[in-house]
Amino acid sequence: MNVVSPKPKSSADRYKAGVMKYKEMGYFDLDYVPKDTDILAVFRITPQDGVDPGEAAAAVAGESSTATWTVVWTDRLTACEKYRAKCYRIEPVPGSENQVFAYIAYDLDLFEPGSIVNLSASIIGNVFGFKPLKALRLEDMRLPVAYVKTFDGPSTGIVVERERLDKFGRPLLGATVKPKLGLSGRNYGRVVYEALKGGLDFTKDDENINSQPFMHWRDRFLYSMEAVKRAEAMSGEVKGTYLNVSAGDMEQMYERAEFAKSLGSVIVMIDLVIGYTAIQSMSKWCRRNDMILHLHRAGHGTYTRQKTHGVSFRVIAKWMRLAGVDHIHAGTVVGKLEGDPNTTKGFYDILREDYNPMCLEHGLFFDQPWASLRKTMPVASGGIHAGQMHQLLTLLGEDCVLQFGGGTIGHPAGIAAGATANRVALEAMILARNEGRDIMAEGMEILDRAGKSCTPLAQALHLWKDITFDYTSTDAPDFVPTVSVA
Amino acid sequence: MRLTQGTFSFLPDLTDTQIAAQVKYCLDQGWSIGVEYTDDPHPRNTYWEMWGLPMFDLRDPAGVMMEINECRKIHGGKNYIRVVAVDSTHTWESLRLSFIVSRPENEPGFELIRNEVNGRSIDYTLRSYATEKPTGERY
Repeated sequence: MNVVSPKPKSSADRYKAGVMKYKEMGYFDLDYVPKDTDILAVFRITPQDGVDPGEAAAAVAGESSTATWTVVWTDRLTACEKYRAKCYRIEPVPGSENQVFAYIAYDLDLFEPGSIVNLSASIIGNVFGFKPLKALRLEDMRLPVAYVKTFDGPSTGIVVERERLDKFGRPLLGATVKPKLGLSGRNYGRVVYEALKGGLDFTKDDENINSQPFMHWRDRFLYSMEAVKRAEAMSGEVKGTYLNVSAGDMEQMYERAEFAKSLGSVIVMIDLVIGYTAIQSMSKWCRRNDMILHLHRAGHGTYTRQKTHGVSFRVIAKWMRLAGVDHIHAGTVVGKLEGDPNTTKGFYDILREDYNPMCLEHGLFFDQPWASLRKTMPVASGGIHAGQMHQLLTLLGEDCVLQFGGGTIGHPAGIAAGATANRVALEAMILARNEGRDIMAEGMEILDRAGKSCTPLAQALHLWKDITFDYTSTDAPDFVPTVSVA
Repeated sequence: MRLTQGTFSFLPDLTDTQIAAQVKYCLDQGWSIGVEYTDDPHPRNTYWEMWGLPMFDLRDPAGVMMEINECRKIHGGKNYIRVVAVDSTHTWESLRLSFIVSRPENEPGFELIRNEVNGRSIDYTLRSYATEKPTGERY
């Protein structure tokens, strides 16, 4: 690609009334060296036919910062050079004809501290509907330490969550109550009790279980907490159920969260669709009230899944760690929902590490420092079962929640048996891994052996042994590692 | 009732060989081992008694096993004993693994006390049957 920065214009020329190319307005500067405090973004741009990719990239930089479609003299009242986002690098997308990656730098002063809503209103506000582009995707962002430090981050974080629950050295286990709609409060609590008594750490409301005619929220909370406390008495362990407090307005959400707290719940839950401001508000409420905050990423697939247009989930994961959620659904790789292994690894690293080095094979375009911000626990949910335990542990590591809904409740001997199967499978696999065994090679053997002293596990392995979801991923990284000759 | 706190409580009780393998894993990760015991198994009893300090300078699983067995001689059968692995790495600085290596023969379990308040709300309290007696006479 032959792209050069345009020659700078004289002030008189630059501000002459009329329409000018974005490239010539100061939004395109390949010589610009990003500052350590700049916020960086990389976009995948598909220009309309005949549109110069450089001009398209400059337009994205312009429309996501100070520009409008025509020259305005009022720019000259401001330190406009500082406020202009600058496309500082542009390169073709590997294996594609008409797409480019445009790297754009934004000055820190463009953003309000501690506000995801302000950040997103700038970066993805207007520009995604811009006519000269066929499609646009925000692939990744570099959030500088200076900006990260303006956020509180997760209210609890992985380490403190483990300390509060007194659970170390293994993934946590959960299950979503099914059927997700229609159960009465009393029936709902039965599922919670059986699953927790059987050995799970958590049960979970589904994203769309709020307060419906078949079960009002107070009934769900009361019966669920009876189940949680009863299961604690049966096991001597701390247990929890993610009580979904998502509601039509903040006042109702606070009311539901307060009620959950008054009943002794350790965790509440919200949906991504409540919006970034509501998420940050709930995170602050959780900080004040010693509560773990679970986020279901309801709705994200509408804009994260297709590679040409939208926002990558790795950006959402970064925003949500800043916004301050303790749990977030981040993919299973092996389950029923979208998830390329390398892309998913990138998401998990964003949530759990203190520093992410650039790793294009995992979709990480920048070095990302987290400056000791607390860590978010990724949640793997959707179509997973005990027979995949060795794969899940190898692919996802131990600091995550493995969420077996159907894989617990669908067990032929009942919910408690399903829960026990999962817990035994998990503990057997951790034991074997720590003993130095190659669990990917010996996984089924380890599980079968554990099943000899645990009938529910043997039954689960038999029932689900052939279940896999083997489809091509739509969101794989563009870069593959090249084999070195060394 | 079997107390299922700790990482391996759903498996059959670990043999000393299995315990030594877990200890070795922890030491190989750079973590240090502590041994703790209690006769109060309430899930929110965070501070079990320490059998000495965490063994920061002991890097040999056999030495750790000796300490576990010394602790068992005094407290075995009368207390729960757990092995914890502590990790001082920046941004973790907490436990990495915690599992029970000895438990009383009879585990009486917990009573769930329901204090009915504010209409249908319940104020829940969990109480171990064992702790109805003074410490030292519980198991």
